[in-house]
Amino acid sequence: MFNPVVAGITVRATLGRRRALLFAIPAVVLIALTVVLRASNPAGVSWPANVLGTFGFSVLLPLTALIIGTGVLGAEIDDGSVVHLLATPVRRRDVIITKFAVAAGLTTLFAAVPELIAGLLAPNSGKLAVALFAGAVVGAVVYSAVFVLASVMTTRAIAFGLLYVAIWEGALSNLVGGVRILSIAHYALGVANAIYPDHDLQAGLSLSTSLILGAVVTVGGLYLATRRLETFSLAGDPA
Amino acid sequence: MSVIEFRNVSRWYGNVVAVNDITMDIGPGVTGLLGPNGAGKSTILHMIAGFLEPSKGTLALDGTATWRNPEVYRRLGLVPERDSVYAFLTGAQFVSATAKLHKLPDPEQSAAWAIGLTEMAEAQDRKISTYSKGMRQRIKVAAALVHDPEILLLDEPFNGMDPRQRLSGTIQVMVAGRLAASGDFRAIRRLMTSRPHVFRVKTTDDRRLAAALVGRDYTHAVELTSKGLQVRTSDFGAFCEQIAVIARDENIRLTELLPTDESLESVFGYLIAN
Repeated sequence: MFNPVVAGITVRATLGRRRALLFAIPAVVLIALTVVLRASNPAGVSWPANVLGTFGFSVLLPLTALIIGTGVLGAEIDDGSVVHLLATPVRRRDVIITKFAVAAGLTTLFAAVPELIAGLLAPNSGKLAVALFAGAVVGAVVYSAVFVLASVMTTRAIAFGLLYVAIWEGALSNLVGGVRILSIAHYALGVANAIYPDHDLQAGLSLSTSLILGAVVTVGGLYLATRRLETFSLAGDPA
Repeated sequence: MSVIEFRNVSRWYGNVVAVNDITMDIGPGVTGLLGPNGAGKSTILHMIAGFLEPSKGTLALDGTATWRNPEVYRRLGLVPERDSVYAFLTGAQFVSATAKLHKLPDPEQSAAWAIGLTEMAEAQDRKISTYSKGMRQRIKVAAALVHDPEILLLDEPFNGMDPRQRLSGTIQVMVAGRLAASGDFRAIRRLMTSRPHVFRVKTTDDRRLAAALVGRDYTHAVELTSKGLQVRTSDFGAFCEQIAVIARDENIRLTELLPTDESLESVFGYLIAN
């Protein structure tokens, strides 16, 4: 299942790239926004759920997950070094699960932990911070599965991911009620809302619905990614 | 002993046929795939490596298909063509990580053995990003050999190397997706050495040497060019032995004698034409 050698190389490759600096940007934005709002509007208690929940889960969290999730395997596919990994008897399923685990772990570190910090900085929070953290961890897991899948399906995974985040998660899922069922941000919000019920989280899904759908998307995504990697082909002579 | 079996293997990309109905067995020993660009060499190699599915026919290693079967890498090693490696690792880290991916009982010892074999011990603690192209090639070979495979596949091993140093045993010659020649390398090399050879000769009196050469039966053609004499000979050995004698007898001084068509391309050209 999980392969520590693959994980070690992946962590080093992911954090060693210049792209790694990008991971921190959404987190810094989120924490800076929290600090600014706290200073300018100390009396308002409704904004933390809005900003950290809705905005955080449908924009900042998926952006971090996108950069990390499409990089853990996609970067190796792009430059061809993945062949060194695939020219070993390591099962493709193990490659996908390990890459996914690294992506989910790093996204937790760079997106869910900042949610927790921002939550603690926000006024009257405490339990809200824990709820946001738990929701963000669920979001990190599901988003990572989707973006790892995207990176083995297409070489334009980042473009696909940006459109998906901007149109589906950022706009449609918050405007059209039915889209929530297929929105990862809403799975995360459903989990957060179950721990700390807050109308301003605008959670549209129950805890059980969120967890079941999140699990289905994650397992389905990893299954499809494995199938795709099993048929990974090198281009031959175009002749 | 492992055998790679091709049975009516074809591979096409859209309308383009890259490999056309090949049936052959590749047994133990060193086998080289020769052919001009676009002949289908990479396609063959990628199909053996399990990184490409035959469009038709079957390709198996000891009876087991290599496509969608990473288990073949217990007996197979692949040196990929592309230069990309995990450049942030040292050579030793890269090879021992590969050993661990193979779940070898003693990865460090296997890595040391493979690194020694490719003479990379001195550079093993440097990051791969500092390696030259040749060193990268060698560390890739070390990683591909670390599990002591029965079969080692080298993609484009001739990059910057003399093919004649690298080849022995059997070779398969591919032309336009078909197997054009197949057999013992020595036999093919005889074919290669009996083909007409072209030399460029510079002397103190090109015209007189040309006249003398025309009278010999091994001379195919002589041409006076601005860069000297262009001589085509059907007998490589006899020409090389006698050119100096002729020059001495005619009192001509040789200043340059160069074979002009020793490239692999001209060898292919000759084999294909036959």
